[in-house]
Amino acid sequence: MAKLTLKERFKKVSAGSGDAARASKFATSIFRPGSPFRKGYSDSPRNRSYVVMNNVLYHLHPVKVKRHGVRLSYTLCLGGMSFFLFIVLTITGIWLMFYFRPTEMAYADIQALQTSVAFGSLVRNMHRWGAHLMVLVVFLHMSRVFYHGAYKAPREFNWVIGVILLFLTLFLSFTGYLLPWDQLAIWAVTVGGNMASYTPVFGAQIKFGLFAGLEATTATLLRFYVLHVLFFPFIIVIFMAIHFWRVRKDGGISGPL
Amino acid sequence: MVDIPEHLLLRSAEARAKALGITVEQALAEMKGESAPTVVDDKPEVIEVDLPTPVEAEAPAPVETPKVEAAPAKAEAPAPVETPKVEEAPAKAEAPAPAKAATPAPPKADTPEEVDFAPEVKVTQRLLTVVKAKPIQKAASEPVDKVNTWPHLMLPEFISLMAMMAFLILLSAILQAPLLEEANPNITPNPAKAPWYFLGLQEALSYWDPQIAGVMIPLVIGLIGFAAIPYIDRNKENNPSKRKYAIMMYTFFLAGAGTLTIIGVLFRGPGWNWTYPWIDGIWFDDLLDWIYFE
Repeated sequence: MAKLTLKERFKKVSAGSGDAARASKFATSIFRPGSPFRKGYSDSPRNRSYVVMNNVLYHLHPVKVKRHGVRLSYTLCLGGMSFFLFIVLTITGIWLMFYFRPTEMAYADIQALQTSVAFGSLVRNMHRWGAHLMVLVVFLHMSRVFYHGAYKAPREFNWVIGVILLFLTLFLSFTGYLLPWDQLAIWAVTVGGNMASYTPVFGAQIKFGLFAGLEATTATLLRFYVLHVLFFPFIIVIFMAIHFWRVRKDGGISGPL
Repeated sequence: MVDIPEHLLLRSAEARAKALGITVEQALAEMKGESAPTVVDDKPEVIEVDLPTPVEAEAPAPVETPKVEAAPAKAEAPAPVETPKVEEAPAKAEAPAPAKAATPAPPKADTPEEVDFAPEVKVTQRLLTVVKAKPIQKAASEPVDKVNTWPHLMLPEFISLMAMMAFLILLSAILQAPLLEEANPNITPNPAKAPWYFLGLQEALSYWDPQIAGVMIPLVIGLIGFAAIPYIDRNKENNPSKRKYAIMMYTFFLAGAGTLTIIGVLFRGPGWNWTYPWIDGIWFDDLLDWIYFE
């Protein structure tokens, strides 16, 4: 018997397997025409277009993209990574909300999470390191865009949106910093709040509004919690939607250099 | 000169080659001006058909002209001598022929009539120019080289996504996120440090007036200044060698921000005094309990 390559062997095994299931009314009600999960999918230019066009992905990607933009060395996938990290943080964050109360119990909840919840420590670590990574990746994304001159016409306004997204990312990270309610959290936030109080004219008011008082207390904790899990995610999703939409409306990826 | 698309050129070359009975390559070369155009093709046929006339040894001039000229010209060229003959030809074809037997008219009138059509059919068209289909409004952008999103973009995306996920899980399994003792407003740690992305700012605060370092830098330079970059930099080029000033400025910013942050994270100890991390240790609690093996 001739030796098959991995690809051929995969084809042989997958050919016909599950065809009946993939052709069922149930499956075809889920997967739209052109989906690789539908029976009879073949790799043709038409179907390659349909994979995107007949799919919810069409909201994110066009059917065709510039050839140079596909190269990993051009974008380094930094924008996509920022978005992906945001999704990971949303999922792990929602999971963490099950075990966390933004009250005097906050610290005890974190301790319990780390010691007596399955995968609690791992998910908390993922949320924290993922947040730091996201700040880093968003910043690198901005630098990449700058060095490619990708903020130039017609993309000026999308750069502005991007700067707003960077600041929203920082706010999200900063408000989350207080939530473990340990010495590291409270004093880092105190330092940050004191910086904000140097604002001319409104300094004291800004600090009071941020801390819900004169210093960081459990009222501050509740305030930061609501900002962290509801307010800033809500705002950032809106700006992200505009950001992605403008990327396509402004002619896709920039360049080539 | 209009730049004729290759496929149109090829198609007309094929038509020309078929009409003239030459090879496609030759026709293509002629149209590109690389070789002399073939015009002699209709000559032999005319000569062949006209062969009877030179036999008569009559009026060589009118016979020669039609040879060189195309079919329509032929009908007119003999005009000074034989115009009526051509018109009369169908009528006189049978009867008056013997009367004018000496003249080359009857055979000429008959044969050229048939010959007239043949070259017309053969050399029916020539490619003068190709007018590109263009919209009335000029499109702003030229067509660009594109590839299908699936799989050329989505597959690399998926792979890098999985790689990032693997990296994050691995990182989280190895590095333990810090958790110090419970928050206590009465015990101030020394030094109290902000999150790392604000530490460059905190470091700047130790040099300058807080109104400048704490507010002007983040708000005016950070938010407004960065947002205004595309409106300040009106240079349309995106080639790095043509925007050295912009790149230099941004690199200065990166170097400055990076230096301040690294100093703030690693080189500042109690009382915000200078320390060396390899001598006094790291005074940044976010980096505590890093290694987490079980």
